Amino acid sequence: MTVGGSDLPVVNPATVAKAPAGGSHKGAPRGGRVRRLTGNDRIVVFAMVIVPLFLTMVFVVLPAIASVVLSFASWDGIGGVSNIKWIGFENYKNIVTNYPPFWPAIRHNVLWLVVLFFLATPLGMFFAVILDKNIRFSRFYQTPIYLPVVLSLALIGFIWQLQYSRDFGLINAILQTFGLQKPDEAIDWFGDPNIAIWAALAASAWRHAGYIMLLYLAGLKGVDPSLREAASVDGANEVKTFFSIVFPVLRPINIIVVVITVIESLRAFDLVWIINKGRNGLELISALVTSNVTGEASRIGFGSALATIMLAISLIFITIYLATIFKEEEQ
Amino acid sequence: MSRPQSEAEYLARLVPASVSATSSRRTVLKGALGAGAALGGAGLLAACGGSSSGGTDATAGASGSAAATGGEVTFGSNASDEIPKKVVQALADGFKAASGTTVKINTQDHNTFQENINNYLQGKPDDVFTWFAGYRMRFFASKGLAGDVSDVWKNLTGFTDGFKSASTGDDGKQYFVPSSYYPWAVFYRKSVWAEKGYAVPKTLDELKTLAGQMQKDKLDPIAFGDKDGWPAMGTFDVLNMRINGYQFHIDLMAHKVAWDDPKVQKVFSTWAELLPFHQADPLGRTWQEAAQAVQNKKAGMYLLGLFVTQEMTANLDDIDFFTFPEIDSTIGADALDAPIDGFMKAAKPKDDARANALLTWLGGKDAGAVYAKTDPTTLIANSEVDTSGYTALQKKSAELVGSAKNIAQFLDRDTRPDFASTVMIPAIQTFLKNPKDVQGLCKSIEGQAKTIFTS
Repeated sequence: MTVGGSDLPVVNPATVAKAPAGGSHKGAPRGGRVRRLTGNDRIVVFAMVIVPLFLTMVFVVLPAIASVVLSFASWDGIGGVSNIKWIGFENYKNIVTNYPPFWPAIRHNVLWLVVLFFLATPLGMFFAVILDKNIRFSRFYQTPIYLPVVLSLALIGFIWQLQYSRDFGLINAILQTFGLQKPDEAIDWFGDPNIAIWAALAASAWRHAGYIMLLYLAGLKGVDPSLREAASVDGANEVKTFFSIVFPVLRPINIIVVVITVIESLRAFDLVWIINKGRNGLELISALVTSNVTGEASRIGFGSALATIMLAISLIFITIYLATIFKEEEQ
Repeated sequence: MSRPQSEAEYLARLVPASVSATSSRRTVLKGALGAGAALGGAGLLAACGGSSSGGTDATAGASGSAAATGGEVTFGSNASDEIPKKVVQALADGFKAASGTTVKINTQDHNTFQENINNYLQGKPDDVFTWFAGYRMRFFASKGLAGDVSDVWKNLTGFTDGFKSASTGDDGKQYFVPSSYYPWAVFYRKSVWAEKGYAVPKTLDELKTLAGQMQKDKLDPIAFGDKDGWPAMGTFDVLNMRINGYQFHIDLMAHKVAWDDPKVQKVFSTWAELLPFHQADPLGRTWQEAAQAVQNKKAGMYLLGLFVTQEMTANLDDIDFFTFPEIDSTIGADALDAPIDGFMKAAKPKDDARANALLTWLGGKDAGAVYAKTDPTTLIANSEVDTSGYTALQKKSAELVGSAKNIAQFLDRDTRPDFASTVMIPAIQTFLKNPKDVQGLCKSIEGQAKTIFTS
C-alpha cells in the first residue's frame, strides 16, 4: 500500500545519477532507458547479492545436497570418491527397521517441540510481562533468568550434573533431607530413560525461557504507552489489555519467538550431548547424526541419511512458516 | 570414547577445547573406539625382567641412523592434560639430548584428536603420533594410513612376543610401538574385607555367595556406573572371556561369530544373574561416582581398569584387586583386558630416518624410565625399564598381566569403532534397563552388526 506501490528502485537519493541537463529526454542513453544506478551502486548491489549467495551456496546448500547424495552411499570417510559404495535406499531401510534409537529420537524431538512451545515459551513471555511492570529490583530478577543463556554449555552440563546426580546430586539430597525419599530409593534422574528426558527438558526450558524473556522484554519496552492508557481509560483490566492490545501489537516479535522456538527444538542437541551423548532416553535426531558421522564411527552414509530425514522434517516447518508469512503479506 | 581418570579430568572434560586446553587425561587410557588386537598367546610380561639382549644403542639404532641426527621431527600428541603434557615434553627433551634432533610437539585436545583421527591421517599427519593397539591400529595399517615400523622393531629390545603381536598389522608387519598398558580387575578396600572377613572368590559361585554376604552386611556388592556407555563393556568382556574363552572374544569382535549365538546369550544371561548384586541404576552414574562408593565403603568391590585408583589416591595403600573369578573350569581365568597405548608413524613422514630414530628411542629404556617416574597408574611396556619405583599396586598389576595367558584390548578397541559406539553402547544400556529379553537383544545386535560388517 505504501512503498511497495512504487516501482522506483530503492536507492539512496544522494547517489542517484543526476537527471541529465537540458530535459529528461534529451540526455537519455541510446538504449532509451534511464540508468538510475551508478557504477558504485551496482558494485554494492552485486557484492551484497553475490557474496551472501556464494556463502550460502558453499556453506548451506552444497553441504545439504552432498548430505542427501551421500545418504545413498556406504562410506567410511577414508579415501576418495572411488571408495564410495552406492547402496540405494539401504540406509533409510536400516534406519527405520534396524536402528533401535531412531523412533525414540523422533518421539523426543516432537516432545521437545511441544514442551518448549507450550511451556517454556509462554513462561519466558510471562517473565517478560512481569518484569515490564517496573516492579522493584526488576533488573536484579532479570539477571538470574537470563543467566543460563550467557553461560557456556560446558558449564550448564556441569551445573545440571550437580543437580541430578543420583548419589551426590543436590535434588536427591534435598529430598532426603526432608524425608521425602529414602536413600535406597533415590531417583535416577539421568539414568532412568523415562525421567531423563524430562530432566533434560527442564534444563532446556530453564535456558529457553530466559532467552524468550529477553526478546519479549525488548518488544514490550517498545509498545506505545498511550495504547495502554487508552485501554485502561476504556476500562480494560491488565489481562485484557495484554491479550487484546499488547499481544497483537507485538506481532513481529511473536513471529520471531515462534520461529526461534521451532528452530531451538529442532536443533536441540547440546544439552543431551553433554549429558550422555544422546543415549539412554535422550536420543535426538541431531545427536544420532553426530554420533554416526563425526568421531571415529564414520558411518558417513548412514549419518547422512539421518541428516536428510532431519532436513525433511525441518523443511515441513519452514514451509508452513513461509506459507503463513507470504499469505499475510498478500493481505 | 574417553576415559577420564580423575574427578578433575572429568570436570575439565566438560569444558570445550576452545575454552580450555586441559580437557583430557592420560595418554594411556585414551578413549578407545578403536579396536583391538589379539595379543596372541603368550603373556605380555611373561618374560618380565628377562630378555636383556645387550645394549643396542636405542637412539642410533634406527635404519640408516647415520643421517638421523640433528634436524627436526614432528610429533602429534593427544596429551593435552597437564601431566601427560609434561611427560611428552620430557620425552622430547630426552630425545633431543640423545640424538640432537629437535622434536616439534603438536599437542591436540585429547578427544578432538581421537575423533578427528581419520581426517588427521588423510591430511598432513605428524611424523610420529600417539595411538593405541588394536583393531583401529590394524585398520589404519591396512588402509595405508600408517607407516611400516618393522625396521624399528629390529632394534627394539625388552618386548615380549605378546607386545610384538599386538603391534603387528594384518600383513604381518609392525605398525606400532607400545609404551604403556593397564589391566582391568576387581578392586576393593583391604580394610573393609579384613573387617568383615571376606575372602577373594575363586569361582562364580563363590562370588555370588560373597556378594550375598555383602548385601546382608548392608554393602552394595559390586559398584557400577555406565552413564558414559563404555565401562560396562569391561564387564561384558570379562564374562565373555570366562564363559567362552579368549578366541571366542576375538572371533566375536571380528563378527566371525554371530551375536545371536547361544554362547553370547549365555554371557548376557549370566550377567543378568549378577545384576542384582550390582549397584542399582547404573545408567545415571559415572564411573567416578561408582568408584566413590568403594572409596566411601558403601560398595564392596568394583570391576574397572587400574585407572580407578586415581579416584582413591587418599587410600592407595588400602586398595587391592583380584582378577575376575573362573566361571567354566575348562576355560579358566587366565584372560583379561589390558589395553596398550603407544606410538605410530605417518604413512609418508617428512623425515623417515628421524621418525624411525624417535620411535626406536620411545620404545627404549630411557623413554620408559620417563613414564615410570611420572605415571603411577600405568605399567611400562618395555620389560627392561627399571620398575623398582613401582607402587605395590603397579607391581601386582604387572604380575597379573604377566601371568595371563591371553590379553584382550577392550571391546571398543577390539572391534570396529562404528559398531562399538553406535550399536554396542546402546545395546548394553538397553540390557541394563531390561535384562530379561536377552534373546531379543542379541537378535537386534546381530541385525545391526550384519549391516555394519558387510559395508
